[in-house]
Amino acid sequence: MSASTAPSLRFDDAPGRLSLAGRWTLEHALAIADLLRDAPGGVREVDARAVERLDSVGVLQLLRYSRRCDLDFDGFAFRPEHHALVAAIEDVADERPKKKREYGVAAALGRLGYAVYDNAREIVALISFLGENLVKLVRMVKEPRRFRLTATVSHMEQVGLDAVPLVALLSYLVGAVIAFLGANILEDFGATIYVVELVNIAFLREFGVLLTAIVLAGRTASAFTAQIGSMVAREEVDAIRTLGMDPVDLLVMPRLLAMLAMLPLLTFIADLAGLLGGLTVGALALDIPVPAYFARMEQTMELRHFLVGLSKAPVFAMVIALIGCLEGLQTEGTAQSVGERTTSSVVQTISLVIVLDAIAAIWFMQMGW
Amino acid sequence: MAAQDDNDELVIRVRGLANHFGEQVVHENLDLDVRRGEILGVVGGSGSGKSVLMRSILGLRTPDAGTIEVLGTDARSEDPEKRLHIERNSGVLFQDGALFSSLTVGENVQVPLKEHHDELPDSLRYELALLKVKLAGLPADAIDKLPSQLSGGMRKRAGLARALALDPPLLFLDEPTAGLDPIGAAAFDRLIATLQEALGLTVFLITHDLDTLYAICDRVAVLADHKVIAVGPVSELEKLDHPWVQEYFNGPRGRAARDSRSELRAGA
Repeated sequence: MSASTAPSLRFDDAPGRLSLAGRWTLEHALAIADLLRDAPGGVREVDARAVERLDSVGVLQLLRYSRRCDLDFDGFAFRPEHHALVAAIEDVADERPKKKREYGVAAALGRLGYAVYDNAREIVALISFLGENLVKLVRMVKEPRRFRLTATVSHMEQVGLDAVPLVALLSYLVGAVIAFLGANILEDFGATIYVVELVNIAFLREFGVLLTAIVLAGRTASAFTAQIGSMVAREEVDAIRTLGMDPVDLLVMPRLLAMLAMLPLLTFIADLAGLLGGLTVGALALDIPVPAYFARMEQTMELRHFLVGLSKAPVFAMVIALIGCLEGLQTEGTAQSVGERTTSSVVQTISLVIVLDAIAAIWFMQMGW
Repeated sequence: MAAQDDNDELVIRVRGLANHFGEQVVHENLDLDVRRGEILGVVGGSGSGKSVLMRSILGLRTPDAGTIEVLGTDARSEDPEKRLHIERNSGVLFQDGALFSSLTVGENVQVPLKEHHDELPDSLRYELALLKVKLAGLPADAIDKLPSQLSGGMRKRAGLARALALDPPLLFLDEPTAGLDPIGAAAFDRLIATLQEALGLTVFLITHDLDTLYAICDRVAVLADHKVIAVGPVSELEKLDHPWVQEYFNGPRGRAARDSRSELRAGA
């Protein structure tokens, strides 16, 4: 059966006639190309009436062949039912310019320039978005009817409550690891008991809030971007505007307020979990009895460490919520753009959180707080 | 087998189809035949299950009961070979084109070619894409554009070009003229008719557009009361005694479409 379906051609010397048969279709595109390339010379007419199936690939290749061999395509004989198809196909050519890719220094500099420009624009956009949100926050205080209670509470649940297990577990483990690492070194000086201060200070000042912010950057900033981004892609945000509502009031404010409320609370939970991690390691591995651990904590714990850590929480909350929402609003209509923006929002929030944390650490040290 | 395939009159054969969404019955005991080489229009009120019918035939939805045969193959089969046979031999134009938004028009058209005909050289694949883009009535420079840079009408044409990429004998169109201006819609109708004739297509066409029905459909199937209540040429359906059909064909819009059609005939 395959013999009858494969495309074939037969050449008659006497009239110089090329007779085609079989299926001249997409399935056999390569075979057709081979046949026509190797076709004998001296062809004066082409008879395609024995072709049982013909599609646009077959016609296109025959058309090419006629151009190449300088034959009159209109003189080709086709079955009546193929006439409409043959008439509909026109010649096309792959006239794409060859892709040039530059590898030189100039091209690298050019790309660097674009990257710098893009980053500068992102920073300006973020700062102006911050300004816009502060203005609208003030306006909301003056006009409380703009406040969306239901949306805010729903986001508080997603941002805060749902993240509690993850934040607590990670903080607990990091607290335990810090205690272990510290004890290893402090043991040499016979000062194992200082593990208590190490864990307390590290967690209350830095790790509690930093871990929470990083978890929320990965978990929530990406969600904000994807939610708002797909709304932009489906013109829902345009619809909000035309209905006389403000997308910032409707979409950004509830997320921002939820974040501002929940990040400090989660930080507090992270602090507790981290301290508990230290306590566990102290009791189980370092032979510090629990009452002694607590007594040491009571003697050395200072409120200022806790306040320093907590004071960073609202700043990080702003960063995460604003970048998450801004990236979402900057999405263009494509599925790929939503993905790129989501990645970008996670990368930006985590980097910015760590940079701000480093600056804050230096500042608080200098201030002696 | 192949020869018998060719002679078989029915391209799509649906028997006893039932679709439910929970309590809500969409189809009950629905029968439908689509013959080779015809343009079958499917009409019905909103929510009468036109799209569900198309999705069932395409295997995008598993119906609750009934048999569906497409090109002599059981469309409900899970067998990948059989599914591939149907997929390779049918093209679908979704309502808004459903183009892949991150690919250019040309890349969109080449997607099925790459997937099913990996052996083709790159330049031939590109030329075939260009050919289909032109056949669908788009200018050649549209091939490098992204779907977001095209108007709604051009997106539909690009979707049509992708549907035709594999030269399928069977074409599904979901409301091809919805959202087009009357001139664009009429041009799209003509395009479908021309392509149907040139490529020898069988077309399953869902539409609300009375002009389309009068202009290009060989037969029309009316979906109402959970089944196909009538199939036939438009002129016969107009006389059918059913409240929805009467309202549809003999309402002001129906009369206008019929009149313009007869004017067209008289003019020609």
